[in-house]
Amino acid sequence: MAMEMRLPVARKPLSERLGRDTKKHLVVPGDTITTDTGFMRGHGTYMGEEKLIASVAGSVERVNKLICVKALKTRYIGEVGDIVVGRITEVQQKRWKVETNSRLDSVLLLSSMNLPGGELRRRSAEDELAMRGFLQEGDLISAEVQAVFSDGAVSLHTRSLKYGKLGQGVLVQVSPSLVKRQKTHFHDLPCGASVILGNNGFIWIYPTPEHKEEEAGGFIANLEVISRLRNCIISLVTQRMMLYDTSILYCYEASLPHQIKDILKPEIMEEIVMETRQRLLEQEG
Amino acid sequence: MASVTLSEAEKVYIVHGVQEDLRVDGRGREDYRCVEVETDVVSNTSGSARVKLGHTDILVGVKAEMGTPKLEKPNEGYLEFFVDCSASATPEFEGRGGDDLGTEIANTLYRIFNNKSSVDLKTLCISPREHCWVLYVDVLLLECGGNLFDAISIAVKAALFNTRIPRVRVLEDEEGSKDIELSDDPYDCIRLSVENVPCIVTLCKIGYRHVVDATLQEEACSLASLLVSVTSKGVVTCMRKVGKGSLDPESIFEMMETGKRVGKVLHASLQSVVHKEESLGPKRQKVGFLG
Repeated sequence: MAMEMRLPVARKPLSERLGRDTKKHLVVPGDTITTDTGFMRGHGTYMGEEKLIASVAGSVERVNKLICVKALKTRYIGEVGDIVVGRITEVQQKRWKVETNSRLDSVLLLSSMNLPGGELRRRSAEDELAMRGFLQEGDLISAEVQAVFSDGAVSLHTRSLKYGKLGQGVLVQVSPSLVKRQKTHFHDLPCGASVILGNNGFIWIYPTPEHKEEEAGGFIANLEVISRLRNCIISLVTQRMMLYDTSILYCYEASLPHQIKDILKPEIMEEIVMETRQRLLEQEG
Repeated sequence: MASVTLSEAEKVYIVHGVQEDLRVDGRGREDYRCVEVETDVVSNTSGSARVKLGHTDILVGVKAEMGTPKLEKPNEGYLEFFVDCSASATPEFEGRGGDDLGTEIANTLYRIFNNKSSVDLKTLCISPREHCWVLYVDVLLLECGGNLFDAISIAVKAALFNTRIPRVRVLEDEEGSKDIELSDDPYDCIRLSVENVPCIVTLCKIGYRHVVDATLQEEACSLASLLVSVTSKGVVTCMRKVGKGSLDPESIFEMMETGKRVGKVLHASLQSVVHKEESLGPKRQKVGFLG
């Protein structure tokens, strides 16, 4: 058995650790961004007393004449076409309410869900009564955003075989701003596990379906891989690195020399993420 | 208690992991998460401690005040516990939501300290039947991440270790009226011996095995838990079963043995950390809440 107790250590600011010269322009609500009135104001800003003032806490981004503030920690803001992983919170008359870490619960209509057997027909009263048989409170689903209502609520659909109820695996909840937008969010990693990077910050790690055919041997190896991946993702998030398949894979490889439970120790976490960061920079440059 | 909803498949995955001695975060069944302990974080208390166990954050403050001894124990002082589950821990604790959990934890703390050897209450007596020190131990739950009882008991022990009670003398006049004199030197104080203060080890039954230091997700998969209060020598002072599931007498025995074993290691680690902190002296850099 292992027991480790330690004294707390003050955190060092990130830029100091990396030795970077360029510092991001960080603002808090109420900070003046600029007094120059020639700029168009974007999200996260407002005009007050001839000055452009920030309304959220984040970094200032400037594209030509447009200034906006990108918040560092927000709830998920839905956009059409996003892949999300959500948890069913309620079963209502013709729809399910899904929790997706946004300001309002998302909605999954019964008509947006694939019926078993792939039939295409009008949903009847029996289908409505059998709703709890498909999805219950607490179930996890992967879905795509179909539409966004005017109040910001998101409407989901699972009208494809790759979406639907999720089986055995591990869920990791991170901030939505750390998930990089990519062409595909379903990744089959070469280490034996698969990962779904939901745009809403819910990351689902599960054993790759082919491997499930093999019995006990394959399953045990997958437990280790999945735990390691989970710890790697948590360490990347603690160090505020963007999450995408390459960064997760590099972090996994960097963590192999250590034991799985050691990855979450602060000093080992820093070491692993530093190595990942270097490898990613080398790959870019 | 704060809880998370899990799907059935997730629960099956967790139970399978516990069976194979590889939990979701890579720990074994008897491994604790990394614990951070810091004492003397609140300046206007007699003693304080802050413990961070994974996502669980506990702050304990001890205030020593003068009071009258209880009638049945005229030569002893006493401890009073109060647990505040703040709404910042989880939205369920808003308003009066946290009161039930708070009283449950406070009652457990009363029970584990309800014996002669945990704290030497005679040192808290100033003059029999008239004056004694009352230690008000206030526990504040800042964040709830599973395994509350263990973290709270570690924090209470660290705070009691850090408590400094001013030294007082009772002066008697010729007429017989008593006067209490406080020492001039602010550093002249008495300290409690926390050698026999117990710590709680919570063992959750998940599937057919039991785990130590369960996270919120693991607690959602467990139907029954055993709280064992162990001293540094491995003596069990109190045992309590929580949860709506049932426990086999044999598994209770096994869990108790695990609790004793784990408890001894817990005490040894805590002892070394608080002594190390004290050896750094008054010039050590305090991290506190903004570090």
